[in-house]
Amino acid sequence: MAVVSAQQVTGERSAGGFWAWLMAPERRGPLLVTPALLVLFVMNIFPLLWSFGLSFFNYRANRQTVPTFEGLQFYQRVLTDENVWERFQTTAIIVGSSVLVQLIVGFLLALMFARSFPLRRILLMLVLTPMMLSFVSVGVFFKLYYEPTFGLVSWALNHFMDERFVLLATPAGAIAGIVFADAWMWSPFVMLLVLAGLVSVPKYLYEAAEIDRASWWRRFSTITFPYIKSLLLLAVLFRTIETFKLFDIVYIITEGGPGSATETIAVYVYRQAFQFFRTSQSAALAYIILFVVIVLTNLYLYAVQRREQEVT
Amino acid sequence: MAAAARRGRQRELGKAGWGWTALVAVVSIIYFFPVLWIILTAFKTRTDALAIPPKLFFTPTLDNFIGVFYRASISAGGAQETNFPLYFFNSIFIAGTSVLLALIVGTLAAYAFSRHPLRGNDTYLFIILTTRMMPPIVVIIPIFLMFRLSGLAGSYWGIILLYTAFNIPFSVWLVKSFFDELNPEIEDAARMDGATERQVFFGMCLPQILAGLAATFVFGLILTWNEFLFALLLTGVDTRTVPVAMARTLGGEVGVDYGLLAAIVTLFLIPIFFVTFLLQNQLLRGVTFGTVKR
Repeated sequence: MAVVSAQQVTGERSAGGFWAWLMAPERRGPLLVTPALLVLFVMNIFPLLWSFGLSFFNYRANRQTVPTFEGLQFYQRVLTDENVWERFQTTAIIVGSSVLVQLIVGFLLALMFARSFPLRRILLMLVLTPMMLSFVSVGVFFKLYYEPTFGLVSWALNHFMDERFVLLATPAGAIAGIVFADAWMWSPFVMLLVLAGLVSVPKYLYEAAEIDRASWWRRFSTITFPYIKSLLLLAVLFRTIETFKLFDIVYIITEGGPGSATETIAVYVYRQAFQFFRTSQSAALAYIILFVVIVLTNLYLYAVQRREQEVT
Repeated sequence: MAAAARRGRQRELGKAGWGWTALVAVVSIIYFFPVLWIILTAFKTRTDALAIPPKLFFTPTLDNFIGVFYRASISAGGAQETNFPLYFFNSIFIAGTSVLLALIVGTLAAYAFSRHPLRGNDTYLFIILTTRMMPPIVVIIPIFLMFRLSGLAGSYWGIILLYTAFNIPFSVWLVKSFFDELNPEIEDAARMDGATERQVFFGMCLPQILAGLAATFVFGLILTWNEFLFALLLTGVDTRTVPVAMARTLGGEVGVDYGLLAAIVTLFLIPIFFVTFLLQNQLLRGVTFGTVKR
């Protein structure tokens, strides 16, 4: 690397003054971190504190009335509301099944791409494309594919079924439709993670296994799986946290219906805040979501650290 | 440990021939089919787009792509230009600027977290990560109020700052993991030889993690490119991004014009597809959040 001459250090600037104080070595860390923390504070942490305040006051974004202090009333209302628990259950079902599908599909895709073959780069791009589409377009076009009369999926399935295929009319069907679209979009992401794990397995282990004539299953369970185990965990947590936010696809494909069968917690908060203008109540609910997310984030960090320990 | 890492670096993918390519091609094309169908729809007339049975072969038309940029209007007497060039510019400008800003600010912070730890370093890192994991719906109400009060709503600066804040957390985490992999002893040696801090940072550390920075950029771009919820609430007529404009074409007295929508989706896919293709190898590396040492 570059060897630097000593003359540049000596005689740079004289001591004293605000500038020198600011640039002192012991302030280097804080100084470099400040811009990032400042932006995060203004755009994330301050709004969070604001909504924390809102959750104690009776406030409606569309009215001019002076907010009144209500204490913990909104938290109580949210926590005892059966609708909220129902939405959490719906979210859990959608997140659980979607992440499971993503894991299986992503894993199989990764196994396919974990070797070098002609045209690999181009074929990999084809699989990665769904991730680059916007939620809006995935939502609109999957809704079209499911559409009973003009839909591609319905048209194909009608050949095998006696009655007309109407996916989104039943709660189970609507959930399946959303899970299918979301899993299709994000399985490539899981694939990328698993692929990175598969690629990190040292080749000499496989060579040794070959000399020992280890079976396919044994090679997988004793060499491959240990190397991708924690990455799989990482994928599960990351996708769980991300799917937990699922809003756009649901809103476009089913609008939460039929009834409230597919109304996820994110859609519910959006409705409360921007359709019914129950600002305080949605702020209280948002805080309960935040709590869940912090728990998940802790689990995520735990997985990351375990991965680091295993690799080094 | 170092030996194992070095051996890991020598890893090679198993080789496979054209037979494997054929198998993967079949699966990939099936997987790609919903996208392919969107692209085909972009070249179809309105009747072809909704034809039953679906048409795989048809006479292609460019009408939809023209329709993105020109709209037939009786009052204006012929073709009238739409604002889509502006929306495309907005999307590229807003996403590009904010991801770049987040990368710069994030790299500085990441360097500090890695080389000059603060008191409570891990706590800061945890708070930063939490802001990324948080569903946007949690902060949307106060941000909406904040933007309305401060006059940031509808301006470029507002949405750019917001997206920058969204991209900072993983920029910090990702870039920190790249810095962590470098050998600080070499940097200390350079300092002993009289290198200034600036020279160590710009001359030694940054050049070594350029590929990592590229990965962070692509990853951020993919996540920002398609953001919809905040763009919907916080952009105005002049700063509207493509996903919002796309959603606005949905409402219409004659129903959704799928051909037009498909044309927008196709056009909007091209830049991000191209960038991802160029930086594909780096993306593979970046997506693991630096947890795979090579």
